[in-house]
Amino acid sequence: MSAQYYVSPEQLMKDRADFARKGIARGRAVIVASCADGIALIAENPSGSLHKIGEIYDRIAFAAVGKYNEFESLRQAGVRYADTRGYSYSRHDVTGRGLASVYAQSLGAVFTAEAKPFEVELAVLELGATPADDTLFSLNFDGSIAEQPGYIIMGGDTPVLREAWNGYWADKDLAAAGTDEVIRAAALVLPGVGVSPEDARLLEVAVLERVTASGSHRHFRRLDTPTIARFLGAGK
Amino acid sequence: MIELGPGPSFMEYLNRDRPDLLPGAPAQAPAGAAGQVPHGTTIVALSYTDGIVMAGDRRATMGNVIASRRIEKVFETDRFSVVGIAGAAGVAIDIAKLFRVELEHYEKIEGTRLSLDGKANRLASMIRANLALAMQGMSVVPLFAGFDTLAETGRIFSFDITGGLYEEVEHHSIGSGSPYARGALKKLWQPDMDATAAVRVAVEALYDAADDDTATGGPDAVRQLWPVVYTVDAAGAHRVEEPILAGMATEIIAARTASGKEA
Repeated sequence: MSAQYYVSPEQLMKDRADFARKGIARGRAVIVASCADGIALIAENPSGSLHKIGEIYDRIAFAAVGKYNEFESLRQAGVRYADTRGYSYSRHDVTGRGLASVYAQSLGAVFTAEAKPFEVELAVLELGATPADDTLFSLNFDGSIAEQPGYIIMGGDTPVLREAWNGYWADKDLAAAGTDEVIRAAALVLPGVGVSPEDARLLEVAVLERVTASGSHRHFRRLDTPTIARFLGAGK
Repeated sequence: MIELGPGPSFMEYLNRDRPDLLPGAPAQAPAGAAGQVPHGTTIVALSYTDGIVMAGDRRATMGNVIASRRIEKVFETDRFSVVGIAGAAGVAIDIAKLFRVELEHYEKIEGTRLSLDGKANRLASMIRANLALAMQGMSVVPLFAGFDTLAETGRIFSFDITGGLYEEVEHHSIGSGSPYARGALKKLWQPDMDATAAVRVAVEALYDAADDDTATGGPDAVRQLWPVVYTVDAAGAHRVEEPILAGMATEIIAARTASGKEA
């Protein structure tokens, strides 16, 4: 029988955290921002079918960076959680806070108990009546959870992106901006994307609309490439 | 072997993890229970040039008693489909609610909508699951209609209690007043109707059903209650507004009064 080496708990947790951080930083970034028209979710994602952004429920959306198979299974679990709750209680009883706390618990449990932590970072977003009522939760691979005011940037070289983002909005009001301006700002900040209409295919964009066109209870709308191209082109 | 997850079906997920939440869970209803629960009745559906119309009356009965005058039996299940349900109202409304979640759940998990045939098949399997209750008199029979975005046409599907699925052409009706409604539809339906004409035909067919069937409610001018009517076309499902229905129902009543026929 081989002898087990002793590893201190501090070292073990640090190794796991470093491992997860490395995996997340390798991926492309996602920007989520709450503005006048709703909550805009923008991801640098050349794939048209492997989504990083998803609808969870009427007013709740999901965004993630990291390993696709891991966050996809979390997204599907989230949809099941929300639909089961909405079906057995009422549509009003499905809240972003409830979902975020379930995610935090399962991420935390995997981080400490499983062989390998999830290499993902998540955002759970709930649309309110005004930008001030929007709730944006960011969740880390270790289960830590934080409510962020205004915007969330995840993945890639986050500190650099955050600086560029804050620079853009230094003399503008994000809460009063329209979706189109937020998309242009994100395209400007994301490193692999430009603001010409041809760059639309590099972006995955969805919006939790404050007012839906059809009066539907589902506020999540995915924008197609021509629409994104029109928004990018409109800035010139 | 690797076990795959529950897939995109909400019903299969409930079956596996939360069977207590499925409709009609207490399968042993006492004998004679069927007369003690509200039953919903007549639904009509018909096609017109751009899509389909579905309409349902507002009455639920419990034996010879009116259980509700304002029940709604036609539901928008997703952007391009509607379902109307006749039979034991409690089970029927549960099935319609589950069906709506089923379609939305599939769309969210898969990222695409189910085809109209796929939706009809899912509904058929839900009705089949209710067979045990149906044999005790608590049957639920839906009428499903929608706009097929692949074939770019409106389509109507009917079902039986064993989950049998049949595609109908032109028009169809279900529920206790359906023989009278079908008679009216045969005379009133025309191949090249627009949406307004089709809605009027649906309201008139329900009027005829209510005329001869006590379990079907007619337009109620005293309480201002009108049928629930949906149109579905390439732009999606749309509920016809109350003032339009009130106008049509009033016109139909006036025309019948003016014609002076007694039978």
